[in-house]
Amino acid sequence: MIEIINLKKSFDDFKVLKEINLSIREGEITAIVGPNGSGKTTLIKSILDLIKIDFGKISIGKYVLNGKCEYRKQIGYMPQITRFPENLTVSQLIEMIKDIRNQTGNLDEELFEKFLMEKELPKQIKNLSGGTKQKLNAIISFMFNPQLYILDEPTASLDPIASSELKDKIIKENKNGKTFLITSHNMHEIEELASNIIFMIDGEIAYCGSLSNLKFETKEDNLERAIANLMRLSKN
Amino acid sequence: MIGKILKYQLHDVLRSKWIIIYSLFFFITTLVLLRFEDNTTKIFISLMNIELFVVPLVSIIFGTTFFYNSKEYITFLLSQPLKRKDLFIGMFLGLSLPLSFSIIISVTLPILFLISKQNYEIILLVNITALLLTNIFVALSFLISVLNDDKAKGLGISILLWLIFAFVYDGIFLLAIISFNDYPLEIPTLILTSLNPIDLSRILILLKTDISVLMGYTGAIFNNFFGGAIGFAISFLSLVLWAILPFSFGLKYFNKKDF
Repeated sequence: MIEIINLKKSFDDFKVLKEINLSIREGEITAIVGPNGSGKTTLIKSILDLIKIDFGKISIGKYVLNGKCEYRKQIGYMPQITRFPENLTVSQLIEMIKDIRNQTGNLDEELFEKFLMEKELPKQIKNLSGGTKQKLNAIISFMFNPQLYILDEPTASLDPIASSELKDKIIKENKNGKTFLITSHNMHEIEELASNIIFMIDGEIAYCGSLSNLKFETKEDNLERAIANLMRLSKN
Repeated sequence: MIGKILKYQLHDVLRSKWIIIYSLFFFITTLVLLRFEDNTTKIFISLMNIELFVVPLVSIIFGTTFFYNSKEYITFLLSQPLKRKDLFIGMFLGLSLPLSFSIIISVTLPILFLISKQNYEIILLVNITALLLTNIFVALSFLISVLNDDKAKGLGISILLWLIFAFVYDGIFLLAIISFNDYPLEIPTLILTSLNPIDLSRILILLKTDISVLMGYTGAIFNNFFGGAIGFAISFLSLVLWAILPFSFGLKYFNKKDF
């Protein structure tokens, strides 16, 4: 689904991504893990063209990234934090995204119903709690039935009920053949969801492969320990 | 697509309390001026002087804070199938249109209703200057915000730029003229004036009113050098250029920016 060849990016003199080569398989859930500042978000933002890469090639499905925006129609992105215009109401915001994406049919409103968003519709964004904003964020990224979901710490500020509902939804859509790219610091969550794992450290990919293979290679049963093991190996 | 972005941004901006305070300020100022002064020319001069200070200040501060506060929202919109250029233009219009119209309406309405003998040319001029100054300073604020990632720094530069154009520039300008008054100063003066959009706007208005006493040195030179009509055209075009250049540079860097 996603092919990345020789991707390089630096901010000023600091190399955030050093020659990334990566291939993300269609129809699977891939998790990106790594310490803070290892380049996870930069990698995600490069795929979305939010960050202009210095060198390399990224292709998604049959599209090669070239500055055009149409390919993002097949992506649902859920950022870590979003601030929507404060004076808009929830229903205006949802209308706006539908309008911008030019899609009024084929909508996936399951999360909207599960998160009981109906009663929040007339409220202004500034009157919503942090968790509700994050729910809204999730609803919007799932609403347009994309082929590829990119979720940056999706459950970080959700309550346990919403968090498990979101995870159920991820599993359900994955069964429908959708591809997921998820970052998370929560190893249990990754073990629960992902089948592939990309481990990044200092802008490089330390491991890329299936979860079961990682456990086998590091001879660990538990993902947290396997990752810790990997970090020790990459330091030596 | 620009229209869609504009539409929802207008929903947001028109409900902001700052835009309401801004309109009320000009509405009340105009009413007070009309109430306490009979001489129409004096009213316009006072109004214009207030406008020349307040419009650039509000536009540049409002623009800069708006841009920084919308950063996550911009990032979110750019992850949608949306051209960067469309977003930039939509955001610019979504801010400059409500700002321009709030001042135009709040100044024009009291004048139209309260003055019996109308001078439409001057009303038009006051509004055109407000429109131009708003667009110039919103464009400058966007350029500053695109080039600086740090909000405090961006805001600092905006305020500094306003201070320079509104106060410091004139002081240095006057000092230069006094120091070099043995030399022919017409051309350097004209060039220096065109480098300050606030001075240019002042000249634009003064060239069209017959208050030569209040025109000042640069106004007199403009009048003598080009004659009314050409001087007007040149200062008007320079002002348009002052809006277009920062806008295009802002757009250029916005297209390359990392979010």
